Amino acid sequence: MAAGRIPLVLLACGSFNPITNQHMRLFELARDHMHSTGNYQVVKGIVSPVSDGYGKQGLVSAEHRNAMAKLALQTSDWITIDEWESDQPDWTETVVTMRCGTIRSNNCVTHLNERRSGPSPQLKLLCGADFLEGFRVPGMWRPEDLEELAGAYGLVCVSRGGLQPERAAHESDALWRHRRNVFLVREWVHNEASATEVRRALRRGLSAKYLLPDDVIDYIGRHALYTDASESKNQGTPLRPLAKQYQPGGTGGSLA
Amino acid sequence: MLCQCLVNVMPMLCQCDLMNVPWDGFGLTPAFAPVFLYKRAFLKCPLSKRGRRCFVPEERDCIFIFSSVFASACCSQSSLEYEMEVVLIACGSFNPITNMHLRMFELARDHLEDTEKYRVVRGIISPVGDGYRKKGLIEARHRVEMARLATKTSDWIEVDTWESLQPDWVETAKVVRHHFEELKAAQRDEDEDDTVSYGKKRRMEEEYPSINEAKHPKLFLLCGADVLESFGIPNLWKPEDVEELVGHGVVCITRGGSDPEKFVHQSDVLWRHRRGIHLVREWVTNEISATHVRRSLRRGRSVRYLLPDAVVTYVKEERLYSAQSEQKNADVVLAPLARYTDAGPS
Repeated sequence: MAAGRIPLVLLACGSFNPITNQHMRLFELARDHMHSTGNYQVVKGIVSPVSDGYGKQGLVSAEHRNAMAKLALQTSDWITIDEWESDQPDWTETVVTMRCGTIRSNNCVTHLNERRSGPSPQLKLLCGADFLEGFRVPGMWRPEDLEELAGAYGLVCVSRGGLQPERAAHESDALWRHRRNVFLVREWVHNEASATEVRRALRRGLSAKYLLPDDVIDYIGRHALYTDASESKNQGTPLRPLAKQYQPGGTGGSLA
Repeated sequence: MLCQCLVNVMPMLCQCDLMNVPWDGFGLTPAFAPVFLYKRAFLKCPLSKRGRRCFVPEERDCIFIFSSVFASACCSQSSLEYEMEVVLIACGSFNPITNMHLRMFELARDHLEDTEKYRVVRGIISPVGDGYRKKGLIEARHRVEMARLATKTSDWIEVDTWESLQPDWVETAKVVRHHFEELKAAQRDEDEDDTVSYGKKRRMEEEYPSINEAKHPKLFLLCGADVLESFGIPNLWKPEDVEELVGHGVVCITRGGSDPEKFVHQSDVLWRHRRGIHLVREWVTNEISATHVRRSLRRGRSVRYLLPDAVVTYVKEERLYSAQSEQKNADVVLAPLARYTDAGPS
């Protein structure tokens, strides 16, 4: 580890339905960016698939989503999956996942380095461009959750150009207060291989090769995962965050 | 109608051992099995939307069934159609090959097979030779090797080295011509091996010219919208070459924002051959350009998940892309421009 750098763990929350190459690109881009600041050494990336209780349309079971993420990440030497969030019966606030993630990543890094003298690792939330938009919707996030997320942890947000992420970060007082903790990474290559597009291609019988790892495509085929039937799952059900927090608005807190 | 027709002639077909073909393996019941008319053409299967799913890998093993009774019964139906076998060829620098190049093949195959007129049997990647003299173009042997590694996991896309081995730059039309001749030669060899009697075959071909047409191999050039647009740039293409290429057929993958219909409309040559130009809309923006990949590599940034892992490893091991490699051919005129203008040797 480079001297004087703060060890950093990146955690991404989302459906990962299914995990795509684009999800893993976010990690690579974020790591490069954080290294180029000269202040951080990224030691680990964590994929945390959302629980089945999230209630999103077309969400297949966590068992399958976790299995696919494991297959996709087997070629990475720094990104791993954490099943804690998906094991919860109900949807968990992102901040709660971060709190639990801190404890476990501390253990992991201490264990890896076999020393306790160095600085303890920081945990930051890795998110896609649409994530910051959620903060702008009134009542979508509990203010104290956003404050804790930006203040105690920090955000690394990969944007696809356009000023929306900058604007969102500027317009939120909490994010502005903790602006030194909010890192906007510019993605210069537009690569919109979203999980939604992948599911669409799969249920139409079109090829999704090279959008996600071959092992994941094989797994999907073996278990016949994405069909018209699976896409209508949770149709008409309100998203759990909205029901749980009794607030109106859109989705919130996920990489889709 | 066709289904009914098949049911009507079924008793007759049963005597021809058709029932012994393991149709179940192809998700079909014998009653609705496609009937092979000729090794290169088969009836559009009423149960399958895509020819690929009811295609029998070993055509030779299928019993050749064609009775005049059945033919007249079927041919009176307008639904009798043939799927033509198509080979796709992509020419380019592949410096280096990216997942986007491979996606183009997948998108093109899905699009062509969706028309139910074509069955894509092979994809050829043909990296350009070093004589192309493009800025930053690294040695062909490396580009070919990377393309080989990238296509290892594909069961239908392969790399061909003929173009890359030519000392001088070869016009794309000539590359396509070369591969077309090879396809025709392969076809002839196969026909000679065929067990079906010649007389019978010739009679059929005379009676049903569309069968004959379906037999000819098709070779389509696979390209991006930029290539289609470049057909209109003066001195980059010979007019007769453009004519020849679109005559074979071109599959053009278009991204959001570009308007290839406009190029086709504005060019008389393209307009004349508009039926041979297949425009495939790519709905998912996927701009992994090789230029971007090289830039990231020489800046030490990660390119994982933009290229297959095996290619990323190869690039690292061979230390392929650097500031120095990017300066290669920096002051040299591109071969096609040198050839067609006064800027270079004729």
